[in-house]
Amino acid sequence: MAKSSGRTLYDKIWESHTVDVLPTGQTQLFIGLHLIHEITTAPAFDMLREKGLEVAFPERTFATLDHIVPTDVRTRPFLDEQAEELTQALEKNVSQFGVEFFGLESDRQGIVHVIGPQLGLTQPGMTLACGDSHTSTHGAFGALAFGIGTSQVRDVLATQTLAMDRLKVRRINVNGRLSEGVYAKDVILSIIRRLGVAGGKGYAYEYGGSAIEKLNMEERMTICNMSIEGGALVGYVNPDTTTFEFLKGRPFVPKGEDYETAVAYWKSTASDPDARYDDVVEIGGSNIEPTVTWGINPGQAVGISERLPHPNELPDPEGAKRAYEHMGWQPGTPILGTSIDVAFIGSCTNSRLSDLRAAAKIVRSRKVHAGVRALVVPGSTEVKRLAEREGLHQVFIDAGFEWRAAGCSMCLGMNPDKLKGREICASSSNRNFIGRQGSPGGRTILMSPPMVAAAALNGKIVDVRQYT
Amino acid sequence: MERMISDVKVTGVTGTAMPLRGNDIDTDRIIPARYLKETTFARMGEYPFIDERFDPEGKPRPHPFNDPRYGGASILLVNKNFGCGSSREHAPQALLRFGIHALVGESFAAIFAGNCLMLGIPAVTVASSEIENLMKLVESNPQTGFKLDLQEKKLYSGGELAIAFDVPESSRKALLEGFWDSTAMLCANLNKVRELAAELPYMTGFRS
Repeated sequence: MAKSSGRTLYDKIWESHTVDVLPTGQTQLFIGLHLIHEITTAPAFDMLREKGLEVAFPERTFATLDHIVPTDVRTRPFLDEQAEELTQALEKNVSQFGVEFFGLESDRQGIVHVIGPQLGLTQPGMTLACGDSHTSTHGAFGALAFGIGTSQVRDVLATQTLAMDRLKVRRINVNGRLSEGVYAKDVILSIIRRLGVAGGKGYAYEYGGSAIEKLNMEERMTICNMSIEGGALVGYVNPDTTTFEFLKGRPFVPKGEDYETAVAYWKSTASDPDARYDDVVEIGGSNIEPTVTWGINPGQAVGISERLPHPNELPDPEGAKRAYEHMGWQPGTPILGTSIDVAFIGSCTNSRLSDLRAAAKIVRSRKVHAGVRALVVPGSTEVKRLAEREGLHQVFIDAGFEWRAAGCSMCLGMNPDKLKGREICASSSNRNFIGRQGSPGGRTILMSPPMVAAAALNGKIVDVRQYT
Repeated sequence: MERMISDVKVTGVTGTAMPLRGNDIDTDRIIPARYLKETTFARMGEYPFIDERFDPEGKPRPHPFNDPRYGGASILLVNKNFGCGSSREHAPQALLRFGIHALVGESFAAIFAGNCLMLGIPAVTVASSEIENLMKLVESNPQTGFKLDLQEKKLYSGGELAIAFDVPESSRKALLEGFWDSTAMLCANLNKVRELAAELPYMTGFRS
C-alpha cells in the first residue's frame, strides 16, 4: 500500500517517468511532450548535427513561431533579417528532423503555452519541457512542466529525456472567495509578493484550495504560468472535472472509449488526499485586491489601495532602492493614478479568450485615453479567430486599441512591438524586469487584463472595480 | 574565449574574481532579448550586461564588466537569486564566452543553475556574510588569486583563506566526472527509454 497513498501528483509523475538513476545521482526523466519555438532551438539542432544524432521521438516534439513574429504585417520575408533567418533555421530543422510545425500559415500557430493546451497536446499526468521558462503554464492541467535551456533542448531531441534532480513540493492553499474585479493574475502576484521571487527555489508549487478549484482552465494557466516568477521551476493544479471537460474534443485528445480510459488515468495522477508536502502555505483569497507591480521584479507588488512601500519595510532594501531608481518614483505615493503611455494585453500569461472577454467588457463603448498607445495581441491564431467570431476585435478597435495577430509581442519586445525610451506600460504580461519590453529605459507595471483595459481608458492606473 | 562542448572533467577553476552586487539579477539584464535573434552563441561574449555597461550613445558606464581592475577575472561573485527569469542559455553562454568559468553566490535561480551545469560552469553557494567578505576583499585587492576546488568543495586564496562552499552533489559529480555534457550519458539508456515510453498510456493514445 505504501505506493498507493500519501503521494503528490509530482511524486507520481516523477516516478512513472523515471528511466534510470544516472551515474551522477540525477534521475533520467522521460519527457512526454516537447514544444519548441524559433528562439532557443537553432543551436540545439546544430549540436545534434555535430554529434551525428537523430531526434529520438520526432512525433513528441511540436514546433511553432511566436517570439519574433511581427503582429501587424506578417508577410515573408520579414523586414527584420534576423527574424527571417531564425524562422528559416526553424523551418529547415523541423523539415530535416521530421517535426510537426505550426507556421504562420497554420491556423494552429500561436504562443507555445497557448497552443499546447488549446490543441489538447498538454494533458494531465505527463511531463512536458520547452525552451522557455513559462512552460510551467502547462502545470494547470496537472502536468509536470518546466522550462529548459538550449543544451537541454538538445538532450530532449536526442533522447526524449533529461538529467534532473527531484524537487520538494510546497502546497499553496488559496481559500475563500475572490472579490468581484479580482482575477487569477491578482492571486499569483499576491502569492509571489508574499513568498518572494526566490521563495520557490527547490520547490514545485502545488496550487489548491477552494479559490483555485473554482478557477477555469485559462485562469489556472495564468497562475501556473508565473510560478517561475516566484522561483519555482514547476507549478501545477491537480486535474479535476474542469480539466477533463476542457480537454474533451480537442484535436490531440483521445475520443470515445479512449477518452474514458484517459480520464481514469488522469484522475489517478492527482495528489492523494493524504499526500505529504514538504511545506504548506495558506493564502486568504477573500483579502486579495487588484494587484499591480511597482518595481523591477514581479514580487515588488502592491494592492491597488496601497501606497508604494519604503525600502526599509522590505526584505531587500537595496533591491527596492534600485527599483525606485529605475522607475523614477517615490516611496509613500499611491500607485493609483500613476500615468501610463502604453497598454498591452497579451503574452502567455493573459492572452486567451477569457482574458480578452474580460478586458472587452471594460472597454465596450468607451475610448482609449488620448496619447495612450494600446494594443491587444491574442495568444494564438485560434484565439484571434474565436474572439473575432464574437466581435471582440470590433470592441477593441472601436475604443482605439490596435488588434494584432498572434505572438509574444511586447512581453519581451523581440518583434517590432517595443516600448520607446522611458515609456510606462500597463501590461498583462509576466515580467517587469529592466529593459524587458524592448527599451532599456522602459518601465512595466504588471496587472490583470481588465486592469490594463481600465488603465488604457484613463491614461493612468485606476481600480478596475469602479467598472463593476 | 571560445569553448567547445566536450566531455572534459571540470575539477576546479583558478584565477581572479569580479564582484557583481545585487539580488535578483535576471537573465534579461545579463543579456537583453534582442541578442537572442542570433542563430548561434558565437558572439554572446560581447554582450553580457550590455545595456548597463553602455549608455544609449554607446559610452561606457562604470560597471564591474567594464572595470579594467577586474579584467581577465574567471570567477564571478554574486548575491541572491542570480539568473532569475528567462530560461535563455544565452546568459551563461555570454558569461562563459566573456571569460567567466565559475560563479560563487548566495543562491542561483533554478533554470540558470541547470544551464550553467550543462556548460560545465560550476555555480556554487556560500553564506551571505562570506560573499560580503569576498566582495570586499576583491574590491580592495582585485588581483587576489583564487582556486575553486570541486574535489575539496573549498574556495582557496593564498595560504590563509579556505571557504567551504555548497554545490548540489549531482552537479559536483557531473562536473568532476565529465557528465555535465549529458547527451552521451542519456543516449546510453535509449533502450530503457523506449521500454518506458511504451508503458506510458498517453504514448499510445490510451488505446488498449
